[in-house]
Parts: sequence; C-alpha cells; structure tokens
Amino acid sequence: MSAPVASASETFDCRVAFAQELSELAREDERIVAVCNDSVGSSNLVQFQKEFPDRLINVGIAEQDMVGVGAGLALSGYVPFVCGASPFLTGRALEQIKADVAYSQSPVVLCGMSPGMAYGELGPTHHSIEDLSWLRAIAGLDVVVPADPAETRSAVRWAAGAARPVFLRVGRFKVPAVTGDREFSFGAATTLRDGTDVTVVAAGTMVSRALEAAEEAAEQGVSVRVLNMSTIAPLDEDAIRRAMTETRGIVTAEEATTTGGLGAAVAAVVVTERAPVPMRMLGIHREFAPTGTTAFLLEHFGLTAGDIRQAAIGLARADA
Amino acid sequence: MLVADPGTAADWRRFRQEFTDAGPERRREMLRERANQSRTADLHMIGRAGLGHVGGDMSVLDILTTLFFSVLRVDPEKPEWDDRDRFVLSKGHTAGALYATLAAAGFFPEAELQTFAGPLSALNGHPNRVKVPGVETNTGPLGHGLPVSVGMAVAARLSSSSRHVYVVLGDGELQEGSNWEAAMTAGHRRLSNLTAVVDRNRLQQGARTEETNTLDPLDDKFRAFGWDVLEVDGHDHLALHEAFTAPRGDRPTCVIANTVKGRGVSFMEDRVEWHHKVPSAEQIVTAEAELAR
Repeated sequence: MSAPVASASETFDCRVAFAQELSELAREDERIVAVCNDSVGSSNLVQFQKEFPDRLINVGIAEQDMVGVGAGLALSGYVPFVCGASPFLTGRALEQIKADVAYSQSPVVLCGMSPGMAYGELGPTHHSIEDLSWLRAIAGLDVVVPADPAETRSAVRWAAGAARPVFLRVGRFKVPAVTGDREFSFGAATTLRDGTDVTVVAAGTMVSRALEAAEEAAEQGVSVRVLNMSTIAPLDEDAIRRAMTETRGIVTAEEATTTGGLGAAVAAVVVTERAPVPMRMLGIHREFAPTGTTAFLLEHFGLTAGDIRQAAIGLARADA
Repeated sequence: MLVADPGTAADWRRFRQEFTDAGPERRREMLRERANQSRTADLHMIGRAGLGHVGGDMSVLDILTTLFFSVLRVDPEKPEWDDRDRFVLSKGHTAGALYATLAAAGFFPEAELQTFAGPLSALNGHPNRVKVPGVETNTGPLGHGLPVSVGMAVAARLSSSSRHVYVVLGDGELQEGSNWEAAMTAGHRRLSNLTAVVDRNRLQQGARTEETNTLDPLDDKFRAFGWDVLEVDGHDHLALHEAFTAPRGDRPTCVIANTVKGRGVSFMEDRVEWHHKVPSAEQIVTAEAELAR
C-alpha cells in the first residue's frame, strides 16, 4: 500500500470544504437547508445565505431551539444541516440531540464546527473535547470525524443522503490533505499506511500526525499501520480485530477526552477479544486545558507526531 | 408501528361529518361525550398499568378531543399524508390522554390501549413517533415540543403548504427556557401557521405554578414575544373550537386554555397529589359514574 506522507507545507480549514459542498448540494436538492445559531460567519455559511436566503434559518443564540427547529424541518421532509460551534451545539442542546433527533429518528445532520481545542486561547468553555464521549453514548446517532477537506466534502455529501441522524465534526484547526482520492466510507476505517508492528487508530486532526509518526517510526525500524477512523460510531470493529491479529499493539489518538470517545470505543473491542493486545490511549484525560494556542495545547496534552511515534515504538519494543 | 383500525376510523369520519352539519348545542354535546369516553378509557389504562399522569390527562382531554374530532386535517388511515396538519403534544407525560384520543379516532385499535406501559408495548409512558401513528415527534422531557413545532411551521412555509401546526404545552413546562427561545423565533418569523395551546391548569408536579415560579401574566409574555393571544375556558369545547379555527393574522397564535387538573372527577379536581397518583379500582368506578353523567 502506498504511503501518502503528510505534507506539512499546505494545510486547510475543513470548514471551507464543508461550506462549498453544502452549497453545491443545495443547488442540486432544494430539500437542503441550513439552521444556525448566529454562526453564519463561524459556520462559514455566508455564501450559502447569499445564494439561498430563505433556506438559511438563523434562530439566533439559542441552541436548544436550533436543534428542535432542525428536527421539525427534518420531520417535514427537509434535510437540515444544523450548524453551530461544537461546544454549544453538543453541550447546550444535548437533550434535544438525544430526544428530538436520535430517539425521534429525525434525519438531521448536526454539524459541530470548530471542535476539539480549535478555540485554543478562548479556553475550556469554548473547547469541545467531551462531544465524542457524549454523543457516542446516544443510540442511533452516527458520529463522523473527517480527517481533511476532501473527506469532509465527501462526508457532507454522504450525510445529506443518509436519511438518519448524523453528527459531523467539522475541523477548524488547519490540517494537511491526507486521504487523497479516497471517498469517505461510512462505518469503515481506511488504512492510510500499512504496517506490521503496531497500529495507530486516529481521527480528525490526529490523522496527519499519525502518518508523520509512522514515517518517523519506520526510520527507527518499527512498522506502523495507520487507520483513519472517521466513523467513531458505529465503530469498524473488524478493522480493530484485524489490527489485533496482524499487529501487536494499538495506539489511539484523538483531540478529545479519552473517557468515552475513539480510544474508549477501540478499547471496548480490544478487551472483549480472547487475546487482547496492549493499548495506549492518547487524548485528554479529564483535564481542563490551560491557556494557549491550539498547537500549544496539542503539544501540552501529548498529541504531536512525536508523542504518537513514542507511544507506538514503546508498544512495539515492550512486546518484542 | 401500530396500524389504523378502519372501522373506528370510519366512525371518526362520520363523527366529523355530523359535527360539521350540527348546530352549536349538538356540537357541544358530541365533543363533551367523546371527551368523557376518552377520560374513562384513560382511567382504565392507568388503573391497569399502575402508573400514568391522570391529573394532566383529565385536564388536557377536552383540548385533544376538540382538535382531533373537529379541527385537525388528518387522516387516521394515512398518518403520513404529506399535507396533514401537524399535532405535537409537548407535555408528553400525558401520553395516556393522547393514546385514548388517537385510538378513538382509529389511528390504531382501541384494544391496544390495554397494553399501555406494559412490557414491549408500543404505548410507552411517553409517546414515540416510531411506534405510534399520529405521534409526530417523541416528547417527554419538557420544553421540546415548541422548538420542533416551530421547525415544522418553517418547513410548511418553505414548501408553501397550507398545513397548520398545533402544539399543546403544559403551563408548568413554560418554566423551561427552550420554550422562550422558540417563542422568540416564531414571533420573529411571524409564523401565523403555528398555534400553541397552553393547558393552563395552574398546577405542576409539586405545587401551584404561581407558588413555584410565577408564569402570570402569561398572555402579556406571549404578546411581548410577538404572538396573538386568545384566552378561553379549556373545557368549553365550542370556545376551544372557535379559538383553534379563528382566522389568523400574521403572527403565531397562543391559546391559553384555562383548565382544571383532574377535570371531570370530583375528588381529583385541582388537587396537586393527583399529578401522577394511581386511582384504586373503587375510585375508578366512582369516577366512571361521574363521567357518565
């Protein structure tokens, strides 16, 4: 398998690809509407609003209303993309997400913009590191975390046709292109680099870092497989089981709390198998972040390529 | 998903036609009788299940009966007909009253009521749209119905559909802030195709609303949010019918329906403990006799 190395030279804000694809879809299908909470700018919906003023429903700073309105539109045959900064969309409107969207089976696409620690210096009130834990616990809600602009675009298109409740985590922190011409494949991990010693399972902003880590580990004689797990729920359990038999350990990396997101989901598969493999879970361990930029905070919490490489090499050598 | 009972649906259709043709006194009598039959059915459901929200059920049943038997453009045999009016019961804990009403209209067989709250029944303690035809969205946690109804009204407008959205709210649930977010949106967008009915029985689970967290002046609150407000006796079927069908201006309408919790059963009326107390077999016999009068 080819190894597309993350090029750090050019990086992208996934919200741009998100907005372009959404407008494209809206041109093709008049059922597509956007609902937002005074976030026309931060959700990158300026162009959408210009082109489809009637189909942009801005309820103001009112997330519970926003999600309820989205559900009402979905239950009336529309395909609403409900957009808001992820901490407020998921935190403020969690019960609406559970009752009005997931439990009611309303085909709403919840778009958590600027997730993780994208709002670095604004602090923990504006960070959304709990979202994956919260949402993964809700039955019937798909949780999708694209890794780069191309995958964001492809996931937006998939979500518009999914006809079921979806949460889409749309990154603001700039990332390199890593998925190449692979389409987003719902519920399936994609192997971005094959390897035989250790598997790194990454999502979102961590995918390019995992690829970089694998490249560096190879130089030290450790062969690392990199899985882009862009669907967190439902999880591609088969890919995890293959990683368990074909490699000797698993590292998970996510810009989220490790209590219930990607790492916890993978661990739940690993421990129920007959021969579990050792794991390292990289993420944030129930801590509020100190002040700093996103890049600084990722370093602070051990989420750099170097940290991933170290964890992978550590697992490979411990077992050797 | 439960399916319609064609025989009962045909009876319901005849009822609607007869109502249309009848004079005021006959109309009043028809809805009163129909509502009290649903009250009796509801009491038996709660007695059998050993749980339910009897006080609120009795309070809201005249509103539900008036809507389903004389106002809503719906078809029990085509519950997903696109241009149907939408009805949302935001006070989802009075699911029993809704189930009794839907069954009486033929949305599903009345025999199903016997399963209320039993293991694997479609009739959960709070309504589920995936299982029960006529239920438009799942409710139960309070403060959810109005935002969803606003979305439905926005959708109707976007589709240039003449369908109307009716949502019934408990008065106590207006303490949830999400209602006021939605009330602002409805007022701002001048959603004249939306009617919110407040079941104003002045009691919440633990005490009187005004002792807990004052709601009055409720009419002024809604007016201030850009709504037209009508206030009626919530047990006067003709007044309710008139309020629900009155010509609309260019604003959403709030119908404040003044009701009595436990209405129709003397020992339950306006008593806070009957929020979710379960009547004994003897009490049900007494209540049934009162309702048959």
